[in-house]
Amino acid sequence: MESKNAENTGKKAGILRINRRTGTIITFIIIAAVLVSIYLAGIFINEEMIRADFSQKGLKPSWEHPFGTDMLGRDMLLRTIKGMSTSIIVGTVASSVSAVIALFVGVVAATGSAGLDHFINWLIDLVMGIPHTVLLILIAFACGKGLKGVLIGVAVTHWTGLARLIRSEVLQIRSQQYIEVSRKLGYDSRWITVNHILPHMIPQFLIGLILMFPHAIMHESSLTFLGFGLSPEQPAVGIILSESMKYLSTGMWWLAFFPGLTLAVIVLLFDRLGENLKKLVDPYSAHE
Amino acid sequence: MLLEAKNISFRYNERTPWILQNVNISIEKGERVGLVGPSGYGKSTLLKLMAGYLKPASGEILLDGQSLPEKGVCPVQLIYQHPEKAINPRWKMKKVLQESGMFREEVMEALGIEKEWLGRYPRELSGGELQRFCVARSLFAGTHFLLADEMSTMLDVITQAQIWGLMMKEVEERHLGLLMVTHNHALADQVCDRIIDLRSQNLK
Amino acid sequence: MDSMRIMNSDQPILEVKDLSVSFHMYDEGLEQYDLQVISNLSIDVKPGEIVAIAGSSGSGKSLLAHAVMGLLPENASTTGTMLYKGKPLTEKDKEKLRGKEMALVPQSVAYLDPSMKIGSQVLGEKPDENRKKAQKKAFARFHLDEKTEHLYPFQLSGGMARRVLVSKAVISGAELIIADEPTPGLDLEMALEALRCFREMADEGKAIILITHDIDLAFNFADRVAVFYAGTTVEIAPSADFVKGPEALRHPYSKALWRALPQNGFRPIPGFQPYARALPKGCLFAPRCPHKTEECEQTIPMQELRGGTVRCIHAT
Repeated sequence: MESKNAENTGKKAGILRINRRTGTIITFIIIAAVLVSIYLAGIFINEEMIRADFSQKGLKPSWEHPFGTDMLGRDMLLRTIKGMSTSIIVGTVASSVSAVIALFVGVVAATGSAGLDHFINWLIDLVMGIPHTVLLILIAFACGKGLKGVLIGVAVTHWTGLARLIRSEVLQIRSQQYIEVSRKLGYDSRWITVNHILPHMIPQFLIGLILMFPHAIMHESSLTFLGFGLSPEQPAVGIILSESMKYLSTGMWWLAFFPGLTLAVIVLLFDRLGENLKKLVDPYSAHE
Repeated sequence: MLLEAKNISFRYNERTPWILQNVNISIEKGERVGLVGPSGYGKSTLLKLMAGYLKPASGEILLDGQSLPEKGVCPVQLIYQHPEKAINPRWKMKKVLQESGMFREEVMEALGIEKEWLGRYPRELSGGELQRFCVARSLFAGTHFLLADEMSTMLDVITQAQIWGLMMKEVEERHLGLLMVTHNHALADQVCDRIIDLRSQNLK
Repeated sequence: MDSMRIMNSDQPILEVKDLSVSFHMYDEGLEQYDLQVISNLSIDVKPGEIVAIAGSSGSGKSLLAHAVMGLLPENASTTGTMLYKGKPLTEKDKEKLRGKEMALVPQSVAYLDPSMKIGSQVLGEKPDENRKKAQKKAFARFHLDEKTEHLYPFQLSGGMARRVLVSKAVISGAELIIADEPTPGLDLEMALEALRCFREMADEGKAIILITHDIDLAFNFADRVAVFYAGTTVEIAPSADFVKGPEALRHPYSKALWRALPQNGFRPIPGFQPYARALPKGCLFAPRCPHKTEECEQTIPMQELRGGTVRCIHAT
């Protein structure tokens, strides 16, 4: 048989010997650091730094302006960072709210009465059934566009998938023998939910939350791009992209290219963050 | 005190066949009763009914003439065949004992639970070690009857003898009623004062 | 393959020598450690023979089966040798032979495909008439209704599932069968029927490894019994010795097993099998052994004794 040499029992992992879990955590930290620094950088960029300067208008990417400048002479790199910073806030707030809604709804559906469960399932089907963008536009429009409208719109449309997942997980755990035992030991269902069921939901919740970020950011940008989101005065990637459309035909490709690329990269980074976290907490891959 | 199953019939729903029909058994407190019979005669189902985990389709389960309490601590406790399924895998063993209020020196001593095990997760203990926790958990002051569903089938014979030794000592001292299901006749003879063959009871 | 069929019956079908299995595990933090769950285990099985494996849960019985079948998870590593019909058994061979020449009767229904009907799972792909006949016979033998074929795994009771798993191995035509706890949940008659069935297969020249807690039943059907403790073999002896009782046995743990049987006094020895992360030095049974001396802390080899082998320096 194939005999791989077993490593010495109890051998301590050296500082330079990076095992898979350490690697995953390092990647996780780097990605998180990149995202946080973009957010912080966005806060420190003030209006002064991106004010119009017509002597610099329409410059191609150079060392001085890596992303070029727009028709008002504003530095595109700073604008993009500022815009991404806004996007990250929108993404964080909207997906946090959404994930909390999902957790609450999922747990209530699984532990509440049959009627409530039916109602929640119907609601999930309803929200999922309407095309996402249409629903987003409707809600954002009804809530008066702007930041508030985008936040509410994204928050109330993204919880369905996670809620459904959490509902089925809770149902599966509720049928376990140790839950029945706990009930016969005299505990009520609130105690059981808090002590037995919720701790099992933490991984699903966290992964669901992080994987919701990219969706939230994308949808915020597309809403804004279509003109139903943030107002044109606000720095946002959606605004930058929709402005750039006007100049694309004049050959100013960098106006759309760099902000778009940054958006894609940020979305991918969040996705990686979620995937890494999943690897760490999933018992099936935790020991690899 | 008397635990009775009176004219119990059970099936999961109307389209499935009866698992139990008109079964009557009763156990007195302090009695050790074995329940035997071939596979598929509903032994485990009967135990689940008598512990209040399932509701009979007809007939009733009575404890001293009263039906079992729906809520709160149940005086009839069931011990399962697979201890690893009956313990929350995310809990350390100490919490398992705390849940039932049995995190007490004398209980741990009586059941041979080592201090060192308390800091471990269930997957780090063997079946026999876990089963001790399941027994400990069900031995609180309000328990009057213990039902054991093939409690030692998945254990080796030494662990089996250890666990039953402890069980019988506790059952004796606390004057509990014991109803156990097993396929092992020699084991039933060792443990029980009375053996019921479900074939003579279950008139399906 | 055909040339391999011509072999003398003394050559073992499966020979495991000094097998060690360890799992690469994560601690609470980032540290990794190796959990050695099987150490220096040796066992062999010849055609026409049933070798029963007894021992407590966590003694490595199921892991041995999984190691032979090539079903260990990715974070496991093994050392030692495994020979199948005298030739080294590689992971590739295991995959090729699994389900054809080597069959596993797994411990639980969880090993059945939940979305496939019982009939087609037991028969496998493209069954011929012989196989269908064999399946009908096996089902009848285990009192499985004809309707069982059309059921899905979740519709079976524990006992039925176990009988289905046994019949699957019976009709597989495999030459080496490893049965992992085929009897729990079966009533005495069914358990005996299953064991009789394994005996018949062995008499037809197949090699069978029977992992079981029901050792009192196994003694009467097996040729040899291997006793496992904390991941290694402590004694391998003819079953007749186990029927005779402690005087005929060699290792103190085997004697303790015999005495703990309900029909033999139901007297357990105190203590527990050591946890794989905290194995004692030398003899793994020493902490519970009445004959323990200082020499027991050295490495203890398996030695021949009265027609069996034992891992104990004080055995007589």
